[in-house]
Parts: sequence; structure tokens; C-alpha cells
Amino acid sequence: MVAPADESRGRLKVFIGMAAGVGKTYRMLLEGHAEQVAGRDVVIGLLETHGRAETAGVAEGLAAVPRRRVRYREAVLEEMDLPAILRRAPELCLIDELAHTNAPGTEHPKRYEDVEAVLAAGIDVLSTLNVQHLESLNDHITELSGIRVRETIPDAILGRADEVVLIDLTPEALLERLRAGKVYPSERIDAALNNFFKIENLSALREVALRQVAEEVGAKRLTTELVGSREGSLAAAAPQAVGERLLALVEPYPGAQRLVRRAWRSAQRLGAGLDLLWVRSPGKDLSEDEQRSLAALRQLASVLGARMLEEESDDLTAAIVEVASRRGSTYILIGGSRPARGLARLRVPLPQRLMQRLPGVDVRIVADRSQRPNGSSVEGL
Amino acid sequence: MNVSVIVAVACAGALFGIAAGYWLPPHGRLPARNRIQGTRRILLPFTGEEISRRSFEAAVRLAKAENAIIMPAFLARVPMNLPLDTALPVQCARGMPLLEAIEQRATSLGVPVDSRVGRGRSARDALRKLIEQEHFDRIIVSADEDPRSGLSYEDLRWMLDRVPAEILILRPAPDDARRISTEAVKGHF
Repeated sequence: MVAPADESRGRLKVFIGMAAGVGKTYRMLLEGHAEQVAGRDVVIGLLETHGRAETAGVAEGLAAVPRRRVRYREAVLEEMDLPAILRRAPELCLIDELAHTNAPGTEHPKRYEDVEAVLAAGIDVLSTLNVQHLESLNDHITELSGIRVRETIPDAILGRADEVVLIDLTPEALLERLRAGKVYPSERIDAALNNFFKIENLSALREVALRQVAEEVGAKRLTTELVGSREGSLAAAAPQAVGERLLALVEPYPGAQRLVRRAWRSAQRLGAGLDLLWVRSPGKDLSEDEQRSLAALRQLASVLGARMLEEESDDLTAAIVEVASRRGSTYILIGGSRPARGLARLRVPLPQRLMQRLPGVDVRIVADRSQRPNGSSVEGL
Repeated sequence: MNVSVIVAVACAGALFGIAAGYWLPPHGRLPARNRIQGTRRILLPFTGEEISRRSFEAAVRLAKAENAIIMPAFLARVPMNLPLDTALPVQCARGMPLLEAIEQRATSLGVPVDSRVGRGRSARDALRKLIEQEHFDRIIVSADEDPRSGLSYEDLRWMLDRVPAEILILRPAPDDARRISTEAVKGHF
């Protein structure tokens, strides 16, 4: 979101990588040292060394806020002490593992919410993140790697970061580090090599991480250009200028699947999330065919990783506007409409109504490609 | 009755009709071209990026003759270590363009299409789940045991034993080299 810079808010810098062991925490600590040498008050809010000696070594010389103990059922867990950090009020705080889930009983369920509180207190933050923890990439990476990551963060958190730094390493170099015991202790190396740390997994994750940061850079460049320009106010009105989100309007009939497939392909290219919206008239009973089509749409949405939303409303435009605003949609995709009859010809068409009521949101009408003349297509048969 | 009263009533009725047409929510109605006219359903399952062109042509011929709907179904496999409701974007990146190509081709030949996506631990499991949820009158598969088609001879035998529909298995033929692939999609899908 492009908003006027809040001078009192701290700045967030995130070190992102394809997997554990690429050196995110190490780099974060080095930058902490550099800031301290430059005369700033730096503390470590939370550090996870995972037993890595070189990481622990580089943390020496930086002050740290001790962890607090939280009792959960029979266990005692150690968590970041948010109130202590806020009381200490350093200029810069180093907080590792942005996607971490806090133990119950702390101020917030997720660590990125703690980071938000630290930033709101005017403290700058350096943090770390693995790319598979980004919500929109979770399904994609689960299928690539075969491992579901449970701890995720909304993409908007990364979108709001002032700086995103990719810590890159070739898969071969990372595997070498792993085998040398620089990532995990010796008893965990074999299991890691047999599961997550496979060359094909790491190559795919590296590609995803590189793309993600490239998109962040592109989005930030565009939004920076918009600020101060005539379009600045329009961009500010958009709920989420960084991080695209598509909303496809569907109805339970077979042709809707084509629209969903096209919307999904567009979402894939943009690296965006996809929502499907069906606005149902109140009290409308579905025919057997419609029920079948609705079930097929739900199944398609689930397989594609899209979210199927169903709203009941008499006012189609109002329902779409409400959902698009709530979900932060940046594109709306609709199928071709039927010809208007009678006085309905005088009515403003749906795409125009949406453009009027959702400034800054693209509205795209998806054509039926089967209607194209054969001469203009690739047959491939 | 006074003529002017009759004219007034007729005008009021006409205006009411027009206004009702204007104000009623239009999204409840579907254009005629989107309504499925046929009642019989022909399933055309596949798992890869290609299907045999003969299977497709047989489905189109039968659908035209029987006023039936073709239901191309992409069968996605969920690895054992993932939950069954996992999203499968990598497999979908292969299967969706072919679904699109089949739908475009069949629609341009005047045959209605109603696509499906099945998900299971194997192609057979996905097909079994699809059959439990949907009604089909006929299934068309090619017996070429091509890994790109995804259904093995064992799967075909299982279908003959277990599936309560007419099954049309196309004998292997030289024509099987002609296939419909994802490249058949018109435009930038």
C-alpha cells in the first residue's frame, strides 16, 4: 500500500532466502554490528542459532534482550520478550524468524505481529524469512518439495518492508555446507538430505526466491514512481498496491471453469493470490445442473489453491465492491455478458459500474477463445 | 369501459413489465449458449499434457450423435505425504492448458463441454472419486498405455470391473501418434 511515510514508525529490513542455512541470520548479525559501529543502539530481540557455532560467534559483542519463559500445559517455552524490548527501546532491534508462531499466552499469536508492535514504537527492525513461509507461495512450494510449511505470513508483511535483501547461495554450496555440519548437527544431516535438502527442491526454491524478490523490487519501483505523481492518490486508494490479488466472478455453469482457468494462469504469472466470487440471489434455489457445476467449481478452486467465496445479495455490484475491498483485489475478471434487453440497455454495464466504484482496480473481460477464427491460432493437433 | 382507461391500464402493465425486467437481478439467468442442452455425459479422463486425438474425435462423434456433453477430466495425483485436499499448482500448470485446448476444440465443433478435475493418490483413485461424485453414461480411453495419458492396462481392467458405465477402450493404432496437446490452446492461455 502506498501511504505517506510515517516518520515516527521504524523501518523494516527483511533478509529472505530459499532455505535454512543460506546465511540470513549471519548477514543480519553482520549488519547489526555495522550499525553498532556507526554509533546506533543495537540489541538482539531474538536470535535462533540452531546450534551453529559461526552464527553464535558473530552474535558476540551485540547486546541481547533475554528471552522470557512461557508456561504452556506441562511445558515451559522460551519466547521473545516483547514488553522488555519496548521498555529497552533501542534504535535497532534484530528479530530472527519472522514467520514464527508464538506460544499461547504471549501478546500476539505470530512473531510478525510482535515486529509490527516494535516498528510502531519507532524502533527499526532487521528480520529473516524463508521464502516457503510466504502465504501465497505455500501451496506451490508444498507441491514442489512435498513438505507443507505450517508457519506462514501474509505477503503484505513483506510488501510493507522498507528493504528486502535476498541471501542467495547455489544449491550445491548449500548442500556442501549441510554435509560439513554447518547447518544442522551431525545426527540431523542424513534426514535433511533425504527429505527437504534435495538438489531439485533447492533449485526450485531458489528460483521462487529470486522471482519473489524481483517482483518485490519491481513493485516497489512502480509505487515509488507513483508517489508524488498525479496517480499517487489513486494508488493510495488501492487496498494493496504491492502484492497483486485477482478476483474472478463466477456462476455455477460449465463455462465458468474456463474463466477460472484463465484467471488462475494470470494469477500464476503475476505471482498473485486468486479469489473466486459467486454472488447468489437471496432465496434462489439451484437446479441439479447448477449444483453439480457449483461442486465442480469448488473442487477446481481447491485443486488450484484459489479461495471460493460465496455471497448472498440482491445487489451484484455492491457485493463485488465489498468483497474486492475486503480482499484487497487489484484485478477483477469477468466473463462476457449476455446482450441487454429492453430498458436494461440504458443501464450502465457491470464493468463500467465496477470501474467507477473501484478506482485503481483493473477490470478484465475474459473472452471465449473458442470463438476465435482458426486462422489466428496455433493448432498443435 | 372507457377506451382511455383500457389504454392507461395497458400502458401501466407494459411499463411494469419493462421495469421488472430492468430491476430484477440479471445474474440469476444464464445465456442460452451456456446452458447444457444434452443429458448424456461422456467422460474423457487424462493425466498428462496430451491425449490421443482418436479418443477426442470418438468423444466428439458420440456426443454429436447422442446430443451428449463431453466431460474432459484432469486426474491429479496427490503425493502420499501430503493431505488429500492439497492444492496442486505444479500439476495444474500441465493439465489446465490441455483442458482448455479440449474445451476450445470441442466447443468450436458444436459440442457442449463440462470440465472436471479429479484428485487422488493415483490416477485410478482420482477416477474412482470422480465416479463416486458424478454420473457418466460412457467413458472413453485409449489403450495405448502411454505414460502421458496416465492410465495403465491395470487401470483399464479395473474400470471394466468396477465402473458402472459403458466403457469405450480404443484399440492401439498408428493414428495414436496424433495427439491433442497443450499447444492446441488458442491465444495466450
